[in-house]
Amino acid sequence: MAHFGPGKTASSKEQAGLRYPSNGKTIYHRPLHRTKTAELSQSSFAYLFSEMVSYAQRRVTGIQELEKRLNVQGHPIGLKLLDLLLTREPPRSQARPLTIIALLHFIKINLWTHLFGRQADRLEKSSNPDTPDEYMIVDNEPLVNAYISVPREMSQLNCAAYVAGVVEGVCDGAAFPARVTAHSVGGKEEGEMWPGKTVFLVKFQPEVLEREALFGKG
Amino acid sequence: MKLPSCLTVLALIIINKAGGLIYNRSFHEAGLNKLNTNDYLVLAGTFHGVHAITARLNPLKPRPGNRSSTASSSGPGGLLIRPEPPSGLEVLESENFRMQCFTTLTGVKFLLFTDPTQANVDLTMRRVYDMYTDYVMKNPFYQLEMPVRCDMFDRKLGSYIREINNR
Repeated sequence: MAHFGPGKTASSKEQAGLRYPSNGKTIYHRPLHRTKTAELSQSSFAYLFSEMVSYAQRRVTGIQELEKRLNVQGHPIGLKLLDLLLTREPPRSQARPLTIIALLHFIKINLWTHLFGRQADRLEKSSNPDTPDEYMIVDNEPLVNAYISVPREMSQLNCAAYVAGVVEGVCDGAAFPARVTAHSVGGKEEGEMWPGKTVFLVKFQPEVLEREALFGKG
Repeated sequence: MKLPSCLTVLALIIINKAGGLIYNRSFHEAGLNKLNTNDYLVLAGTFHGVHAITARLNPLKPRPGNRSSTASSSGPGGLLIRPEPPSGLEVLESENFRMQCFTTLTGVKFLLFTDPTQANVDLTMRRVYDMYTDYVMKNPFYQLEMPVRCDMFDRKLGSYIREINNR
């Protein structure tokens, strides 16, 4: 019994472009809250992420570029998650975050719970007077780094640059342009409780701070 | 010199598909003799060869298509089920140690050296294999068939075995 008869190819030639399922329902017909509690196998994600890192590594010449690639891969996810998570909030708290603190709390609580099932561990403001625009989100054990051991010659690399990209996407989408980078602060000693501790440094653009200052006054 | 107490895991060796040593670690200093690196490599290669030979040393040849042979040769639907191929060397016991070999489906061999009186070696072996699949296989910086140099694997393995040895 032939699987690829001439009749089939003729019909597929007419039907160029998007194909729709036979019941006419596309992904846009699905209810938004359906996948609210959906979970994904951690192993599947680990393998996919491992391949993403290898793929990026083959095309770059340095650690900064590798982190940049991972960052760029996470950015569109952040943009889409911002809208999705705001829609899923109960109607009373559905307001867009209008201040830096509100945005960072949204990231720390909602975004982290959606992605990793728990809140981020700490949120800090930089105490350095030269850089009032820097904020830090601390995660003791980033999920994406769970199975990754970075070799010693690349010890500056932190694959949580991907998550930093997601956070950057959320900030950019909420009209708070920022640059987010991931830094490992966990020590390598034997008794270290959180060897994979990562700090996501969020550095907002100067216009954001100007706007904050104006808002504060008005 | 303190004799190893019961329930001790002494060493772990991992051999790749081609017979090369890719991981070697001792957990109990007083348990096994210390060899130098070259000796471990030779040990791994020798074991690989021995394992291959023992896999072929099967005196019982299964008789195909013989209706009166033992029940395992044909299944419920009348299909012929191939008898399981003989595995190579699995356990090696001596007075001072017991070595168990776990062969994965991809040809990687895990050799676990324990005290002869240790129970639940299968469970320990399984947990070691789980750790291998997690922290070595899912690591993007690990090249297949190369020596294992994964920090997370060393750390998790160390704490697991230390927990067993100190119980």
